[in-house]
Amino acid sequence: MVKSDYLFQFRFEDPERAKHFTYRPGQFMMLSVIGTGEAPISICSTPTRPGIIEMCVRKVGRVTNHLYTIKENDLVGLRGPYGNGFPVEEMKGHDLLIIAGGLGMAPLRSLLNYALDNRNDYKRIILMYGTRSPQDILFRDELEALEKRQDIECMLTVDYAYDLPDVPKWHGNVGLLPELFSKVKLDARTTYAAVCGPPVVYKFVLAKLLERDFSKNRILMSLERKMKCSIGKCGHCSVGYKYTCIDGPIFTCWDAINLPEII
Amino acid sequence: MESVRKFGELHVPLRKDENIFYYGKCENVRDIALDYRRTILPAKKYFFRPVEPLMTFDTKKGYQPVEEDMDKKVVLFGIHPCEINSIRILDLVFGTDYIDNYYFNRRKNTAIVGLSCVPDDLCFCRSMGTDFAEDGFDLFLAELKEGYLVRVGTSRGDDMANGAKNLFRKPTDAELDEYKQRSNEILKKFTRSISTTDLPEILEMEYDSPQWKELGERCLGCGACSMICPTCYCFNVADEIALGTAGGVRKRTWDSCLFEDYALVAGGHNFRTNRAMRVKLRYLHKQKGFVDRYGRPSCVGCGRCINVCPAKIDVAEVINTIRGAVK
Repeated sequence: MVKSDYLFQFRFEDPERAKHFTYRPGQFMMLSVIGTGEAPISICSTPTRPGIIEMCVRKVGRVTNHLYTIKENDLVGLRGPYGNGFPVEEMKGHDLLIIAGGLGMAPLRSLLNYALDNRNDYKRIILMYGTRSPQDILFRDELEALEKRQDIECMLTVDYAYDLPDVPKWHGNVGLLPELFSKVKLDARTTYAAVCGPPVVYKFVLAKLLERDFSKNRILMSLERKMKCSIGKCGHCSVGYKYTCIDGPIFTCWDAINLPEII
Repeated sequence: MESVRKFGELHVPLRKDENIFYYGKCENVRDIALDYRRTILPAKKYFFRPVEPLMTFDTKKGYQPVEEDMDKKVVLFGIHPCEINSIRILDLVFGTDYIDNYYFNRRKNTAIVGLSCVPDDLCFCRSMGTDFAEDGFDLFLAELKEGYLVRVGTSRGDDMANGAKNLFRKPTDAELDEYKQRSNEILKKFTRSISTTDLPEILEMEYDSPQWKELGERCLGCGACSMICPTCYCFNVADEIALGTAGGVRKRTWDSCLFEDYALVAGGHNFRTNRAMRVKLRYLHKQKGFVDRYGRPSCVGCGRCINVCPAKIDVAEVINTIRGAVK
């Protein structure tokens, strides 16, 4: 297991299994760290690059705190993949608009790289990513490299940027995430939007999308809840009458209408 | 009764105190409390145990399944129709999508002998369609003046009956009439009812009703209703570390959606921090969420929750009030 800050890479003990293991972008796995317990974490790597599973883990609770203390090449338990994942087959032939706020970039990176690896299946790919400040940007090097590519429209923004000694200077856009909408022309009829971020991001971004006449089932959101079993039995992740672990974590805006507590 | 012991360890309703019953191992058949109405803990405890070790782990061997005696045979005697129906509901939950073997291994090794009953003032199984068990039992005994009308549900039940041939004979026409008559009489004995027609719709319409807030204030969040409910199945999974070693056990325990930390995630955000929201979730799940997912309400109308709630919340009364609320 290799890590850098928050990005963890997991390798299978058995190379045979590594070859056959596959998943869909947007799915998650249950990570077990011996000594603490289990936690659901989204996969941020893409199945088009097999062999290694990457997850972006924030140090926020018992299991994740312990994860940060174990060493490279230690063993952890992984179970999965679970969840419905993004409907990538349905999305083929359409424009992809990926909107991430803060840590929401993690599950969306799986979708982004999947689409880039299958570039001909999709028309325009547009990335909008906003964080509070430059040091909060996940995968900064990877994403700044994308800005140079011709086959993706990559728009990064930060709420504010102060000059700090050990952070590379920020030359990009400074402004709130929803403001990026004014910089791009979108055709709601041919576009799928995938959104992930904290509640405040959903609130404003969904408003912008609905203003532009997006159909509710073309707006995809990646949600999270407390999970214990991840197979639709223990009840903890319930949202209305659906379970985030099997009916989600990818929900459409249409589902959100009928499930009052969803956001 | 003794002949039935051949089929497994016999568990029956036993009397603990004047009005308190529980399912337990039968030492002496004379102890069987045939006239019980409801036990404290429902029969689900036999299949879906309150505490269930799922796997062991240590840093050398990784995660290993638990070695457990899955072949133990048990006979549950005296199960009322509402409970037989509740077990079928749990079969749906644990048997859909990912099949739970902990549950089903015990399920297939347990024989169920049902027993008819007469409702008391808390029962509303008729409203929930669970006052009759079509199947889900090996044998079902319906009380008559002299003896019981027996329905045989499975081949195992047939074997059980054959094991005591001298106790069984064909019913007479008079006895069949008596069965029908009793059925009609029992119908009249229900004093408590709710209507489930349109209930999922109505509950959704009343989502913002002030009734929930009032209930949230009365409810203590103790979770007793979930523990004694025959169809509640929420569970928690936690790792227990054995002191001094680098290993332990992962256990599954009963949980309740009414507990404060039910929707609490790492980092401190709680999706349902308000008790009224949690009470509302429980009702909506039983009468609407479960219907959407499995096709029928998961409440069987046994009345245990009404009996046990320290805040005296009466589920039938709540539903009838919500239905009747006219703006």
